[in-house]
Amino acid sequence: MEPTQNTKDRITWHLACNVNDIPEDGGGTALIEGKQIAIFNFTRRGEWYATDNECPHRQQMAIGRGMIGSQGEEPKVACPFHKKTFSLKSGDCLNDEGYKINTFPIIIKENQVYIGL
Amino acid sequence: MKTNANTHIVVIGNGMVGYKFCEKLLARKKNDQEFMLTVFGEEPRVAYDRVHLSEYFAGKTADDLTMAGQEWYIENGIRLFLSDPVVDIDREEKLVRSHHGHVVHYDYLVMATGSGAFVPSIPGVEKDGVFVYRTIEDLELIQAYARKAKKGAVLGGGLLGLEAAKALLDLGLEEAHVVEFASRLMPRQIDDAGSKILQSQLESLGLNIHLAKSTQEIVGNDCIKGMQFVDNSFLDVDMLVISAGIRPRDELAKIAGLETHPRGGIVVDNGLKTSDPYIFAIGECALAHHMIYGLIAPGYEMADVVANALTGVEKEFLPYDMSTKLKLIGTDVASFGDPFIEEPACKTIRYENKAKGIYKRINVSPDGKELLGGILVGDAEQYNMLLQTCKNKTILPPDSEDLILGSRGGEEAGLGVMSLPDDALICSCEAITKGMLCQEVGEKGNNSIDLLKKSCKAGTGCGGCVPLVKDIIQGVMKQNGQYIKTVICEHFDHSRQELLDLVKMNILKTYGEVLNEYGHGDGCEVCKPVVASLLASLWNENVLTKDRAPIQDSNDRYLANIQKGGTYSVVPRIPGGEITPDKLIVIGQVAKKYGLYTKITGGQRIDLFGAHLNDLPIIWEELIDAGFESGHAYGKALRTVKSCVGSTWCRFGVQDSVSFAIEIEDRYKGIRAPHKFKSAVSGCVRECAEAQSKDFGIIATEKGWNLYVCGNGGSKPQHAQLLASDVDKETCVKLIDRFLMFYIKTADPLTRTATWLNKMEGGLSYLKAVIVDDLLGLASAFEEEMQTLINNYKCEWKEVVDSPELRKRYNHFVNVPEKDPTITFEEMRTQKRAKEWV
Ligand SMILES: Cc1cc2nc3c(=O)[nH]c(=O)nc-3n(C[C@H](O)[C@H](O)[C@H](O)COP(=O)(O)OP(=O)(O)OC[C@H]3O[C@@H](n4cnc5c(N)ncnc54)[C@H](O)[C@@H]3O)c2cc1C
Ligand code: SF4
Ligand code: SF4
Ligand code: FES
Repeated sequence: MEPTQNTKDRITWHLACNVNDIPEDGGGTALIEGKQIAIFNFTRRGEWYATDNECPHRQQMAIGRGMIGSQGEEPKVACPFHKKTFSLKSGDCLNDEGYKINTFPIIIKENQVYIGL
Repeated sequence: MKTNANTHIVVIGNGMVGYKFCEKLLARKKNDQEFMLTVFGEEPRVAYDRVHLSEYFAGKTADDLTMAGQEWYIENGIRLFLSDPVVDIDREEKLVRSHHGHVVHYDYLVMATGSGAFVPSIPGVEKDGVFVYRTIEDLELIQAYARKAKKGAVLGGGLLGLEAAKALLDLGLEEAHVVEFASRLMPRQIDDAGSKILQSQLESLGLNIHLAKSTQEIVGNDCIKGMQFVDNSFLDVDMLVISAGIRPRDELAKIAGLETHPRGGIVVDNGLKTSDPYIFAIGECALAHHMIYGLIAPGYEMADVVANALTGVEKEFLPYDMSTKLKLIGTDVASFGDPFIEEPACKTIRYENKAKGIYKRINVSPDGKELLGGILVGDAEQYNMLLQTCKNKTILPPDSEDLILGSRGGEEAGLGVMSLPDDALICSCEAITKGMLCQEVGEKGNNSIDLLKKSCKAGTGCGGCVPLVKDIIQGVMKQNGQYIKTVICEHFDHSRQELLDLVKMNILKTYGEVLNEYGHGDGCEVCKPVVASLLASLWNENVLTKDRAPIQDSNDRYLANIQKGGTYSVVPRIPGGEITPDKLIVIGQVAKKYGLYTKITGGQRIDLFGAHLNDLPIIWEELIDAGFESGHAYGKALRTVKSCVGSTWCRFGVQDSVSFAIEIEDRYKGIRAPHKFKSAVSGCVRECAEAQSKDFGIIATEKGWNLYVCGNGGSKPQHAQLLASDVDKETCVKLIDRFLMFYIKTADPLTRTATWLNKMEGGLSYLKAVIVDDLLGLASAFEEEMQTLINNYKCEWKEVVDSPELRKRYNHFVNVPEKDPTITFEEMRTQKRAKEWV
């Protein structure tokens, strides 16, 4: 893992994995700077997302194993434990107002996935 | 009665009924009417939902329970004084004076002072640790005290007492007791037989019940230490909640010289007027028709009557139904109509099942035409329908016992909700009739519970009517010829059955294809597993190959059951529950090597818990090398075929149940269905394998085998019903093939066979016609389809173990080989357990 560049607003980009490591229309989990980050390859929409791997509902490290999909236009992920769903864009929980996860910037360069922390 | 400009109405009491009165009055107000509303409340907070008070212990806050916030009163121009009880009424001058000295003039006065807990004059009731159960403040005190208490008791085994006792248990007290003066529980609602069953149910929840106990003294210095009874027995407790009935708050009415009853209550006429024509009394403080109505629904009706009167409409308060259902206690109890009426004034039908803790009694008129009342303990599912049948004097079907026993002939038992008259009161809290609901649903299109709650408030009170309201929605839509289609979710406008047919006809094999052809949007956690299940049911290809891994539900996704903490459990198949010592040793060795918690399951298998995601492939590799196969405990598929030892060892056995169970399990293993399904084979009528609680169960007879279908354990147990008797093995297997295929092809997602049958029009007789008599002419097609699935079976885990590509997915992290470092265990009985969630 090597930090690659520094942008103006002090995001540090970290190499997470190869695009092939994340299944199409699915997710995976990467360990970055000791932090567990869930990464989603939303092939159907041609989009990539990164969020916390920990579900705030019962503190389970499981979001990366969750199922993705959409609610209206909003892309979302469902925690495999109790199916709380979170917007992949804002991190807001869509079926229980009390919860929220962090989302992170993500870019793909030459088949490599980079996460901004 | 006419109100004119600036009529001033003062309400004393801001409880549930006082609040409801304000709401109803505002809703009825016409443009030309002007009045001023002033409300005095004694409690420090605005009116809240006392009926659901106990939910305060379950985490609801005072805000959650609030009926309407302070801003509602402001918006509606209501002057509200809280923590400020009215202490005097000057009826000559028409003035009220409050504790804080506010003096307000009224034209009409509405007393809604409710009631307080009745506290019997037992020596010692003033001690610390003795509480009542009425307000949020009471509950706060109880909660605080319970932290240091170990043993608690409730005085009074009525409706409220039992609710309070359950609350004590939930607060974590080690012991909770109920002390009742009468010789049975809920003496005003249920009879002796019902009380006995209820008692055993409550005891199994952990409550200790003491009946026919008269309390002599509450013992202790400053704090309660125990209760001394007249019969010389003693109960050691360190807190006590008194729930011995209610006492109407009529003290202010007495001071004002209004007529009150010697045993409490402000006397009112049918228009709810007190002895002063300018003063009304409503709710639990009012004595109407010689009684206090201690329930919310009649209280709301009273509020309605007075709101009518003050807006110029005459309405009478009629004697009100006092049927009740106990909530929250973990076992159902209900009574309705006249529960106690005895023969010869009626015919009584009783059903009692001690083993299951069920008691039902109905009282039918001597001519068998009308339902007069009844009691339900342990299972009150029929309560709403029975109550309606009773209230509306609906003519009963000839076999009235079907009302509580369910029909044994396969036809729908009892009477459908659509047979009720239009004026049948469905939501009694908001006085909404069936006719009004039909109109809301049919003409205004408010065809969901949420829409109805908004449009007419149905179901917003105690919530007890919600199941019935749902049935009405369905009934109306069906009557209007609206096809009630159960679409899968926002991404597919098809039912599961339709989609299955489409996918089959067009030979689609991936989720992407199905979504492109028949859906829209990007899918979700509802439709993905449904489609995954269809694809598996149709083609029986490995669920993780092609694009199918990310569409599987949490367990199927990794072919293992996800458990608390994020580890998985492993269940190898042990067909029929038969296992060699060598294989047992392998399971033990694997469990030891990978640190797994082991437990025998309910289905004669062994479950290994606490496996890290990363370890799953290697664990399975070792199991498969020893000859095990996947047990599909993670899939909506055949679980286990349980068996008793049968004729090979058992001295009663008439057939070899183990061999048949193994054969059946091998035949149907791995086949995906709308939900999991279970089976069992017993070697004789003694039924040691409990086959009648399974989706399909087989019992040996002298002549062959009896096949039972659609049984269910779980949260809603249901006995399987006989589909065929004395058939030979071959026929039995054919019938099961057809039965399973029919289920797989027509059931809604996540519907077990029992529910599927319950919803099937024509019930068991229809099912029999399709499966046994081949009514639809599909029998041979079903058998062929089943055979294709069986031929396609492969052990999924073996395929994963053998495929480096699939094995790669079993890493917690995609970028480092580590396991999830956050997983921790706790020790228990020399094994480990998952860490409790926070
Ligand atoms: C724990 C619990 C569970 C219940 N469960 C159910 C149930 O399942 N089903 C059901 O139908 N019913 C149930 N009830 C009963 C239901 O809550 C009552 O019937 C209902 O609250 C009565 O409403 P009310 O407005 O008449 O009285 P209350 O809600 O008691 O309101 C009266 C208010 O007036 C105030 N007040 C009294 N005197 C004065 C004064 N002089 N000046 C100003 N204010 C005054 C009181 O402080 C109180 O706030 C339950 C009650 C409790 C306590
Ligand atoms: S069901 Fe019959 S054969 Fe089987 S164990 Fe029981 S008694 Fe023996
Ligand atoms: S009964 Fe409840 S706790 Fe027990 S295994 Fe089933 S779901 Fe889990
Ligand atoms: S832990 Fe994620 S929904 Fe419960």
